Amino acid sequence: MNAARQNRLNTFAAHGALILYVLIALFPVFVIVINSFKDRRSIFREPLALPNSESFSLIGYETVLKQGDFFLYFQNSMIVTVGSLFFILLFGAMAAFALAEYRFKGNTLIGLYLALGIMIPIRIGTVAILEMMVQTGLVNTLWALILVYTAQGLPLAVFILSEFMRQVSDDLKNAGRIDGLSEYRIFFVLVLPLVRPAMATVAVFNMIPIWNDLWFPLILAPAEEVKTLTLGSQVFIGQFVTDWNAVLSALSLAILPVMALYVVFSRQLIRGITSGAVK
Amino acid sequence: MTEKPRFRWHIVVFLAPAVLVYTAVMIYPLFNTLRLSLFTEVDQARVYVGLQNFKTLFGDTVWSTQFWNALGNNFWFFIVHMLVQNPIGIALAAILSHPKLRFAAFYRSAIFIPTILSFVIVGFAWKLILSPIWGIAPGMLDAVGLKSLYAPWLGKEEYALTTLSLVSVWQFVGIPMMLIYAALLSIPDEILEAAEVEGITGLSAFWKIKLPLILPSIGIISILTFVANFNAFDLIYAAQGALAGPDFSTDILGTFMYRTFFGFQLQLGDPHMGSTIASAMFAIILIGVCLYLFGIQSRMRRYQF
Repeated sequence: MNAARQNRLNTFAAHGALILYVLIALFPVFVIVINSFKDRRSIFREPLALPNSESFSLIGYETVLKQGDFFLYFQNSMIVTVGSLFFILLFGAMAAFALAEYRFKGNTLIGLYLALGIMIPIRIGTVAILEMMVQTGLVNTLWALILVYTAQGLPLAVFILSEFMRQVSDDLKNAGRIDGLSEYRIFFVLVLPLVRPAMATVAVFNMIPIWNDLWFPLILAPAEEVKTLTLGSQVFIGQFVTDWNAVLSALSLAILPVMALYVVFSRQLIRGITSGAVK
Repeated sequence: MTEKPRFRWHIVVFLAPAVLVYTAVMIYPLFNTLRLSLFTEVDQARVYVGLQNFKTLFGDTVWSTQFWNALGNNFWFFIVHMLVQNPIGIALAAILSHPKLRFAAFYRSAIFIPTILSFVIVGFAWKLILSPIWGIAPGMLDAVGLKSLYAPWLGKEEYALTTLSLVSVWQFVGIPMMLIYAALLSIPDEILEAAEVEGITGLSAFWKIKLPLILPSIGIISILTFVANFNAFDLIYAAQGALAGPDFSTDILGTFMYRTFFGFQLQLGDPHMGSTIASAMFAIILIGVCLYLFGIQSRMRRYQF
């Protein structure tokens, strides 16, 4: 009896704590989004009220879509993110396969060399990266960003993917070899499809930091036509500080695509982080 | 019979793209930046000056005050994360990992949402919410009768850095939560059941059994927090600008390096001093990582299940 009551009390406390924290986590997002749909007066008079027929207004969104080139920024962010992910996955998987599959001199050394980058942030080398991009004429192109993010993502990708490649059965690969498949075909046709879940994990891990990065777009590609969404909203909001409708709408528009991606990939992401913990 | 094994070109082909991109865009610039810190520019020509830049950074009062200010702020930034973010993350994970908890997936996803938002969104959103003009924060404090506690936190030198650290904690609490959650799930049921038979349940099971078992994960989280904090930049830049106001009270190494490299107001950008600061950051991060690898990780007991 007593134990049961104690138990119920514990459950109650657990839900209470979690609900409280969920409120803390979501409150700012909620406030920004609801106020972006209100007119200026209501934003200040009743910031916590939901928009109603009287206070509803899309004036902020109109300003944003008229002034800022958000479709272009969005497109740039998409190209950079998808392009970087493509190269991280392709190059990362190839290197991981070589390290996991073949025994050769220097295998461990190359593995360690690639793993160095997991702990050392690429930002430390920014001064020389900018100099190099200026010399090669890549500054203010999306390629500069794609290259940097690929280099940044590769170490962890190789590390995670080679763990998974080791688990692919040798029999399968040897059967392929007996059938006369080349090593390239064994990799692309037999092994890659088997490590797809691991590739998805790597992709989801890299996607969010690349999409949200402000440092490299600011330094390597600040020109108007190559601005990413993150940098674009930063600059836009900086210019419109006093236009609260526009700022709130710009923030909501920046939240939207990330939330959409999160809803699609959240299961994959959480499974990725907690992988290895499946009982 | 004694034919030499053919050179396996495919290994080179598989490794080359990753090694080349990584070397050219990450490792080479890293060392080049360290090298650039030994040069300076005189009449538009690069001149080797040895450790002169480091002498300026640590010896010249204007530079050294800024450097120590940024480093001190950066340590405070890190300490707040260690004292607030990681304990909250562990507590949330401990509650979430309770086997009979309902809606765990919902809580998990919801608490992780701030982590996926960009610094720009987080910085501005909190700036607006804490702003005295809008009045959400004072209004809410008023509702619980604590209006006297309100101050324009981001605008006051003594509060701004702590406030921004807490905003960053709010954003990233999801990461320690997830990693600890994973570690807690991997503890075998048998161990917990054995403890239950001995009468160790609830909180005491957490302190006596689960916590020692997840210590390695806490170590990893600490070093990840350290590296992330000592190369942080975006949140401060988004919320306070490159000058890290008010009066440099929120200046950390990332913003200091950015300002030095690109220049601000009347000061011209200086890539060589920028490299010098980057080298100092590299040294700090390296020391931290080595302390972790040799001082903590190697001494930690690991349990194999």
